[in-house]
Amino acid sequence: MTQAPAPARRPFRWHIPVLLAPAVLVYSAIMILPLFGTLQLSLFRNVEGVRTFVGLANFQTLFGDARWSASFWNALWNNTWFFIIHMVVQNPIGVALAALLSSPRLRFAAFYRTAIFIPTILSFVIVGFVWKLILSPLWGVAPNLLDLVGLKSLFTPWLGKEEYALTTLGLISVWQFVGIPMMLIYAALLSIPDEVIEAAELDGVTGWSQFWKIKLPLILPSIGIISILTFVGNFNAFDLIYSAQGALAGPNYSTDILGTFLYRTFFGFQLQSGDPYMGSTIASMMFVIILAGVCVYLFAVQTRLRRYQF
Amino acid sequence: MSRATSSLPRSAAAHAILILYTIIALFPVLVVVMNSFKARNAIFRAPLMPPTTTTFDTVGYTTVMAQGDFLLYFGNSLTVTVVSLFLVLLFGAMAAFALSEYRFRGNTLTGLYLALGIMIPIRLGTVAILQLMVASGLVNTLTALILVYTAQGLPLAIFILSEFMRTVSDDLKNAGRIDGLSEYRIFFRLVLPLVRPAMATVAVFTMIPIWNDLWFPLILAPSESTKTVTLGAQIFLGQFVTNWNAVLAALSLAILPVLVLYFIFSRQLIRGITSGAVK
Amino acid sequence: MKQFMLAALAASTILSGATLAFAQDKSLTIESWRNDDLTIWQEKLIPAFEKAHPGIKVTFAPSAPTEYNAALNAKLDAGSAGDLITCRPFDASLDLFNKGQLADLTSLPGMENFSPVAKSAWSTDDGSKTFCVPMASVIHGFIYNKDAFDQLGIAVPKTEAEFFAALDKIKADGNYIPLAMGTKDLWEAATMGYQNIGPNYWKGEDGRKALIEGKQKLTDADWVEPLKTLAKWKPYLGDGFEAQAYPDSQNLFTLGRAAIYPAGSWEISQFNSQAQFKMGAFPPPVKNAGDTCYISDHNDIGIGLNAKSPNQDAAKTFLSWVASPEFATIYANALPGFFSLSNTPVKMEDPLAQEFVSWREQCKPTIRSTYQVLSRGTPNLENETWVESANVINGTETAEQAADKLQKGLDGWYKPGAAK
Repeated sequence: MTQAPAPARRPFRWHIPVLLAPAVLVYSAIMILPLFGTLQLSLFRNVEGVRTFVGLANFQTLFGDARWSASFWNALWNNTWFFIIHMVVQNPIGVALAALLSSPRLRFAAFYRTAIFIPTILSFVIVGFVWKLILSPLWGVAPNLLDLVGLKSLFTPWLGKEEYALTTLGLISVWQFVGIPMMLIYAALLSIPDEVIEAAELDGVTGWSQFWKIKLPLILPSIGIISILTFVGNFNAFDLIYSAQGALAGPNYSTDILGTFLYRTFFGFQLQSGDPYMGSTIASMMFVIILAGVCVYLFAVQTRLRRYQF
Repeated sequence: MSRATSSLPRSAAAHAILILYTIIALFPVLVVVMNSFKARNAIFRAPLMPPTTTTFDTVGYTTVMAQGDFLLYFGNSLTVTVVSLFLVLLFGAMAAFALSEYRFRGNTLTGLYLALGIMIPIRLGTVAILQLMVASGLVNTLTALILVYTAQGLPLAIFILSEFMRTVSDDLKNAGRIDGLSEYRIFFRLVLPLVRPAMATVAVFTMIPIWNDLWFPLILAPSESTKTVTLGAQIFLGQFVTNWNAVLAALSLAILPVLVLYFIFSRQLIRGITSGAVK
Repeated sequence: MKQFMLAALAASTILSGATLAFAQDKSLTIESWRNDDLTIWQEKLIPAFEKAHPGIKVTFAPSAPTEYNAALNAKLDAGSAGDLITCRPFDASLDLFNKGQLADLTSLPGMENFSPVAKSAWSTDDGSKTFCVPMASVIHGFIYNKDAFDQLGIAVPKTEAEFFAALDKIKADGNYIPLAMGTKDLWEAATMGYQNIGPNYWKGEDGRKALIEGKQKLTDADWVEPLKTLAKWKPYLGDGFEAQAYPDSQNLFTLGRAAIYPAGSWEISQFNSQAQFKMGAFPPPVKNAGDTCYISDHNDIGIGLNAKSPNQDAAKTFLSWVASPEFATIYANALPGFFSLSNTPVKMEDPLAQEFVSWREQCKPTIRSTYQVLSRGTPNLENETWVESANVINGTETAEQAADKLQKGLDGWYKPGAAK
C-alpha cells in the first residue's frame, strides 16, 4: 500500500480524522453502543426482578440445559444447511449466469441481466408471501405446473413437511438472491483486461476452457468476497423464514435458524414473553460464529487468493 | 471463420439457458400481477390463465386504494432509501479511503472496529436505539430511519470499498500530490471516479435491505405520515389476508414501484460497473 | 461523544419538523393487534366516542398480530408506546402489569360492570387488582355449510361417533373436503383443534384447575385423549393440509369447498360477508349422548392504560366508555363473534352469533387450558401446544409422545403449589 515509511517530521495529518469522523460517529452512536449494550446483557439475569450479574451462567444454560442446547444445535445445524444450499446452488448458478452474460456479442444481455436481478429487489414480505401462494396446495399453481410436465405425483406440501421445508426455503432464498453473485462476478469478468483474453485466444484457448483456465482464477477473489458475504448473510438471516413460516419456524422447528431462534427468545412470541438475557446470550454466540467465519476468510482464504493476483 | 460457425450453437444454448432462468425469475411476479386483475373465483379456478374479458376485475385495486395512502408511503420509502444511500456511500467511501490510503497508528484496529457491525444484526440493539430516538424526539420521523440505516450500511460499505480502493494505483495519486492537489481533492477527483463499480455494488447491497426493511419502520416510525411501503403492505396483508383480490393487488402495488425504481437505477448501475471496468 | 450525537440528533429534529402534539385536543393512541378491526374502529367506535367527548381525539394504530407483542414490548421499554394498550389475556399482560408498564385500573369507574370471571384474565392471581378493561370473549365450536349438510342428508352431529360418521359420509361423497383446517400455521391445530374439543375430555374448569394445582398431568388420559382424537382428523383434511395456512382454511370453507370448519366465533363477521351459502354452528360433540358438554368461552381481548402515558385522565375517560354498555352494544354488533363480557346483556342481531352464545346455557364454559399460570415460564406451554398439536395431526408424533413432551417441558420450570 503506502510504500515509504512515514517521515518523522510530517505534521499531524488532519485529513485522516476528518475523513473517518462521520462514519465512526454515526456508526458508534447508532450501532455499536446499542449493540454492546445488548450483548453485555448476556452476563446478567433477572433474579426476582433485579438485574444481577451472573458471569457465564447463561452460556452454561444454553449449552448445559437439554432443552436450550437442543434448540441451539438444531438452529445451528439448520443454519449450516441453509448456508450449504446457498454455496452449492446460488453461487455456481450466479457464476454460470455471469459467464454466459459476459460472453461477447450476446444479444439481449441487458434484458437478461435486468430480469434475473428483479427477485433480489423484492422484499421478504413479498417473496415469502408469493412463494407461499405458489406452493399452496389450495391455490394449486405448483401442482398445475407439475401436471403440465406430467409430474404431478411429485407434488407434496413442501413447506409443511419437516423433511423438505428448510430446503425449500433455502431454494426460495437462492431464487431471490442469485442476482447478487451474478452481478459481482459479472463486474469482475468485465474488468479482466482485453489483452489477457486476446493473448489467450491467440494461444487457442477459447470457450469453456478459456473460462476455466484464464477467467476463473482471475475472479477467485470476487468469489471469495461473495462467499463471505453469503456466510454473514445466511447466519444473520431471519426475515424470509419469519415471513413464510412464522416465529415458531414450523413444522416442529424444522426451519428454525439462529435468527428466528434469537428473535423468539429475545422478543418473545405470543404468550412467551421475551427474555433479553438469554436472547443476548444467543446473539453473542452468533457473533462468535460469524466472527470465526470472517477470520477464517481473512486469514486463510484471502491471503491465499491474493497470490493469484499479479 | 471457424469461430463464427462454432459460436452459433453455443450462443443458442446460452440464450436457452438465460431464457429459462429469466422465466424462473419472473414467473412468480407474473403470476401475482396477472391474478390481481381477476375475479375471486377465477383466481382460484385457473390461477395460470391470464385475465379474460369475463374474469377481468379490479376490485382488489379499489379495495387497496380506499385504504392507506400508498403514494405517500412510496415517497417515504424513496426519501429514506435515497438519503441513507447517499450518506452510506459518502461516509463509507471517506472512511474506506482513510483506511486504505494512509498508514497511521490504529489503522487495523479501526478497520476491525468498523467491520464488527457486519457480524451482529442491528435489530438486537433495538431497545437502546429506540431509547436514543425517544430521548432526542426523533420517534416517528424519517430522520430516525435514515440514521439507523446509515449506521447499518456503513460496515459493509467500508469493508467492500476499502478492498477496492487498495487496488487503485499509487502512481496516479502520487502524480496528483506532485501537482499539489490536497488529500481531499485526490479522494474526490481521482479515487472516487475510479471505484465507481465498487460504489455501484455497495449501492445495491445497501439499497435493498433498506427498502425492504420492516422492523425499524414498525418500531421507530409507525405513524401514518411516516409509514414506508413495506410496512404499509405488511399491515395490508394482515388486514385482508383472506381477501385475495386485495392481497394480490397490494403485492402488485408494492412490487411495481420497486421495479420502476430499479429500471431507472439499473442503467446507472450497469454503466457504473462497466465503465469502471473497461475504463 | 454520545452527548454530541444527542445534540446533533436534536438539531436535526428541528430541521425535519417533527410532528408536534396538537395544542388543545388531547390525542390518544391505541396499540392493538386487531388490524382486521381497523375500519370498525375508524367508522363506528371512535366517532361514537368523540361525539360524546369532544376534546379527545383517538387514533387506532394496529400492527400485525405476529409482531404485536415484540413491537409493543420494545416501545413500552423505550417509552414510545401509545396511551392505550390492547391486552392479551392472562400471563402476557400480567407480566406487563408486574413490570409497572400497565396502570392499575381496579377503581376505574365502569369496572363494576364486569364479573370477577370476566376480569380474571386481567387481574392479579389473588384477584385484588385489575389492569385491563375486559372487551370480549370468543367461543369455540364448528361452523358448517348448511347447504352441504342438507344435500348429503346429514344431521348436526351431537356425539363424537356421529361427528366421525358425518365426516365419513362427506368424504365418501367426494364433493366437499370434510374439515377445513391446516397445520402450517401451527396455532390452528392447537386453538381450533385441541382447545376446541379438549374441554369435553378434561371436563372444563375442573381439569384446567387440577392441572394448575398439579393434581393432574398432561400425560393423564383426560389430556391425551383429545390429542388422540385430533390425530383421527388427518384423513378428513384437505390435500396438502401440512402447507395449508389459516387464510387458506378460511378460503376453502367460504368458497364452498369444505363442509365443516373448526372455528372460533371471531370468524363470523368475515364468513357472513364472504360465504355464498347458509351456515350453521354446533358445539364440540360429546363422547356419549347425554354427557355434560363443555365449551371454550375464552376471555380474549381487553384494553389497558400505559402507565407512562401523559394523558392519564383522557385515557381513563376513554376506558370508562369502553366499560359502558354503549360500547358493548356497538362492539358486539359490529364484530359478531366477539362476545361482550359486560354484566348488562347485549342484544345481538346475528343469528350465527346467537347460536354460539346460546351454548352458554347448555354447556359449562371454560377458558383455554394453557393461558393461565402455565404459560409463565420457558418453555411456554401454549406455544409448545401449537407445535405438538400440529405434529400429532401431521402424524409425525403419537398423542402419547406429544403429551410426554408437553409435560416434560412444563416440569422444567413449573412447580405446582408454589404459585409462582
